[in-house]
Amino acid sequence: MSDPSGPAAPLDVSGAPLSPVVPYVDPERIAKVQRKARNNITISVVSTVVFVAVLIGFIASLPGWPAVQKQFFNPTDFKASFPSVVEALWLNIRIFAVAEVLILILSLAIALVRLSRVPWMLPIRAAATGYVDFFRGTPTLLVVYLLTFGVPQLQLPHVPNSAVFWATVSLVLSYSAYVSEVFRAGITSVHPAQQAAARTLGLSNTQTMRYVVLPQAVRRVIPPLLNDFASLQKDTALVSVVGPVEAMRAAENYANVNFNYTSFIVAALLFIALSLPVARFTDRLMAKQRKKTSAGGAL
Amino acid sequence: MTASSAADELALVSVRNIHKAFGSLAVLRGISLDLAAHEVVSLIGSSGSGKSTLLRCINGLESIDAGEIWVGGEDVSEPGYKGDALRSSIGMVFQQYNLFPHMSVLDNVTLAPRKVRKVAKAEATERANRLLARLGLAGKANEYPDRLSGGQQQRVAIARALAMEPQVMLFDEVTSALDPELTGEVLDVLRELRTDGMAMVVATHEMNFAREVSDRVMFLDGGVVVEQGPPADIFDAPQQLRTQQFLERTRRQ
Repeated sequence: MSDPSGPAAPLDVSGAPLSPVVPYVDPERIAKVQRKARNNITISVVSTVVFVAVLIGFIASLPGWPAVQKQFFNPTDFKASFPSVVEALWLNIRIFAVAEVLILILSLAIALVRLSRVPWMLPIRAAATGYVDFFRGTPTLLVVYLLTFGVPQLQLPHVPNSAVFWATVSLVLSYSAYVSEVFRAGITSVHPAQQAAARTLGLSNTQTMRYVVLPQAVRRVIPPLLNDFASLQKDTALVSVVGPVEAMRAAENYANVNFNYTSFIVAALLFIALSLPVARFTDRLMAKQRKKTSAGGAL
Repeated sequence: MTASSAADELALVSVRNIHKAFGSLAVLRGISLDLAAHEVVSLIGSSGSGKSTLLRCINGLESIDAGEIWVGGEDVSEPGYKGDALRSSIGMVFQQYNLFPHMSVLDNVTLAPRKVRKVAKAEATERANRLLARLGLAGKANEYPDRLSGGQQQRVAIARALAMEPQVMLFDEVTSALDPELTGEVLDVLRELRTDGMAMVVATHEMNFAREVSDRVMFLDGGVVVEQGPPADIFDAPQQLRTQQFLERTRRQ
């Protein structure tokens, strides 16, 4: 026995392995793996620094850079425009928060209607299909214009006429069309065997959807769902075209008065900052779920 | 239950001359099967002979094109028959386990009793834990299916079906995805169910097992029952050429 990989498992007098068996780890092998990991970190840090330095050097060397720096990256204007843009961002956040909840409810309802096979639902099913076709095919900006300027003229009783209200409604209608397709794809991606298993246990169609299919579908569509919501966060800026002063409009106002566009950079940074928590939260959520439900592996 | 013979009344499940096609492919072509209480019937035959489809028809996962299926004195194959109650009295276990991956083992087992039978959570949990312990799965209640071995997953699937206290269990090639050792632990569970008197229809490729546990063996080929009888007759003295050829092939493997 000239096994180079390490000592053989200890045996008791009868020749059987002692239990519990202590896992054996080759220390040299572990050291090698750790060395490789340290090397990888060094390489990625160096490569990032070089990459950024080259990019900055290139942009700074361009003939127009001094002018651009003055107009877009002016620290004085950054400080001066910051308060008004941040304050206006609060409107974006409120529109987003309300729209997000309504979109989730409406889009899930549409997806379920489109997947239902109950005969009396036919007209509702047809309407849902028409709705998705219409709003996916129409630019969101156009919907915002049409609803905000058009609907108030109908003088609907007990319905607010404010631009913020109708612009939010436009976002909800437009995005629900997209998100309902995400839900529908998620639901149909759950293997039919899951439904068969649920039905053999005596669960009704509705119970099967509620307890077996939907929970799996929702977990699967969380990444594309958050993709759509990242997009929605930015599209709250579309509200600006019909008047309300949200972050984008506030930045524009500052630029018009001061002839400096640094305020737009402020708005851009704020929109990015807004989207980061959601993105990180999703990553964490998905990792946790994976860890809980599946066996580990190297890949 | 009108005008049915004594034999029919004894049968838990009575499949009468059923036909089933998928498109132009005729899968079942006039199959009949009576299952008495406590009886174990094995279905043998090559892949595509109609074993799985027959099982799926019995508990209404597939509709049939002709014939009748009677369960507990009701024609459950009648178009428009609401099958939810029927299915909860017939347990089914699949080749690929089909556990619910987003639920713990305990939730897999308690879901149907709680939602369909409206059993209180504490009671359902207690019963599930007893079942899991009986199937050698004590301590696995809070695991998730993907973290279990194939044999453990299949035993969870059996526990999930048994939790509904079915009168009949249908097993659809439940060991085909398992290695010999894990196959053994699942077959042990089936042997135990037989001892308890559970009526079962077992589609299987395990000929030795079929011989050992069955009261009756049915050989299916091309959507018809070619031959059936006690295991000793079928395995030791098959009358039909096709049965002889099939058994010859399985022995050579």
